[in-house]
Amino acid sequence: MTSLPPPSAKKLGLVIDLDTCVGCQACTTSCKEWNTQGYSGPLTDTNPYGSDPSGVWLNRVHGYEVMEEGQAQSRIVNFPRSCLHCEEPACVTVCPTGASYKRAEDGIVLVNPETCIGCKLCSWACPYGAREYDQSQGVMKKCTLCVDRIYNENFEPEDRQPACVKACPTGARHFGDLGDETSKVSQLVAERGGYDLLPEMGYKPVNKYLPPRARRDATNTRAEALPRPDGSAFDRLFQWADKVLSPRKASARANEPDHSGKLEG
Amino acid sequence: MHPAYSVILFTTASGAGYGLLALLSLVGISHGEASSLAFGLTAMVVALGLITIGLLSSTFHLGHPERAWRAFSQWRSSWLSREGVAAVITYLPAVVFGAVWSGLIAAPALIAPLAVVTAVMAMITVLCTAKIYSTLKTIRSWHNPWTVWVYISFALATGAVILAAITAVFGNFPAFLVYFSSVLMALAGIIVLLYWRSIDAAPRDLTMGDATGLGRLGTVSQWEQPHSAPNYIQKEMGYVVARKHAAQLRRLVIVALVLAILLMLSALAVPVAALLAMALALFAAVVQRWLFFAEAQHVSSLFYGAQAA
Repeated sequence: MTSLPPPSAKKLGLVIDLDTCVGCQACTTSCKEWNTQGYSGPLTDTNPYGSDPSGVWLNRVHGYEVMEEGQAQSRIVNFPRSCLHCEEPACVTVCPTGASYKRAEDGIVLVNPETCIGCKLCSWACPYGAREYDQSQGVMKKCTLCVDRIYNENFEPEDRQPACVKACPTGARHFGDLGDETSKVSQLVAERGGYDLLPEMGYKPVNKYLPPRARRDATNTRAEALPRPDGSAFDRLFQWADKVLSPRKASARANEPDHSGKLEG
Repeated sequence: MHPAYSVILFTTASGAGYGLLALLSLVGISHGEASSLAFGLTAMVVALGLITIGLLSSTFHLGHPERAWRAFSQWRSSWLSREGVAAVITYLPAVVFGAVWSGLIAAPALIAPLAVVTAVMAMITVLCTAKIYSTLKTIRSWHNPWTVWVYISFALATGAVILAAITAVFGNFPAFLVYFSSVLMALAGIIVLLYWRSIDAAPRDLTMGDATGLGRLGTVSQWEQPHSAPNYIQKEMGYVVARKHAAQLRRLVIVALVLAILLMLSALAVPVAALLAMALALFAAVVQRWLFFAEAQHVSSLFYGAQAA
């Protein structure tokens, strides 16, 4: 059923810390590794090691350069992007078959690969580019929030988390119930001013992003290179000493690296 | 947006078919039974044939055409599903109307009620097609009040020139149809001009900074792509025709429509010109539909380096 269920009390999702993400791609590869065998698998690749690879990934990490007001230097923000498990996902309501659905019990948005007809309309409806079509299988693929891990009783309780969260070496990804105000993730969002992506679209994403913290050297850093030899008396003294101490054989001198620090020309 | 040829063929062919079907219903209401069995059957076969070709072509771009029947289930929320349901339901009154109107079944009293139901269902189906696109908030040039009118006006205009061409072939070519189809083509041209004016004037005020939320910090630009080769999102959503080509193609649509109207008017003297008018009007509809996709920019392209959407 692609009509949305009544809003659930439980809203499982991710909180992504843009301050600590280092763009290592561990979450994307771990996601691929788990999900190619999981609920949405396989995540087909074509020509993965060739010159023109293409394939389905459920998580992508972008790199943006941000130039802040009054700063001489820009900063890099690594930006993971995956399904936000929206509260009002048009990707679900546009689905003609009921393959795309939002779970009433925890709000996870899933695609049933057995009933998807591959019309791609859901991917058109998603402003976040979170759905990727699998050409080989003819069905749409998306983040499952590792629904086959988080409730998996074969795992130790600490492993019942999405693969991306488990893999993140810097702790930039947090998983939890954003419908519960007392949960760790909700508190993190409240403390750090977590925000929604494109709130003007009205999809009400569950996943939140924590903005990068203000830089410590926010006002007084100026781009400056290391000092270079400037031809001062000291520089000339060292050059003279280098000349005196070096062996006099011309051929040996020619092959030796020049450490004098003297500038060309 | 990537202009998939199956979807362009689908929307133009089925649009023309439903337009023709609606106009044949009007003919049935005003004139009663068709002038001859051959004319009636030909017109109905052309209308339902175009509709069927369009609907079949729409299944070609599916990953799983064999599961297409599932698309009838979610009419409560999905315009695509509603369109499928409306398309199938329309066949019922249309086939019965065609049989009665062409004289295959002698029941003249039923022509008018069947014609009303057929015409209404045909227009509802075109409306559903347009709504699939106009309800997508992610594509600004589709999420526009003119979108629906573009689809309806082109369906009626192309349907009308096809009807004119068929009557010209059968030699029962009324002058009224010349003026009627010319007016509908002119209306389609005016509406598409208004649509283009509207999408050009609409502000493209979302930026990469808005999409990522990093605009709160400062000016955002793309530093590194997340992958080394284009992915599905870039191939499907990233297709945007160059602005200068779009301008030329827009002119082509209008020129084709104007020529089609002139040819249709000259059909008053030489009826066979109606066939050329039909070809030109259909050509204009296809180019317009191609532009509809190729000019559309998807919000998600902001994540991949688009400056504004």
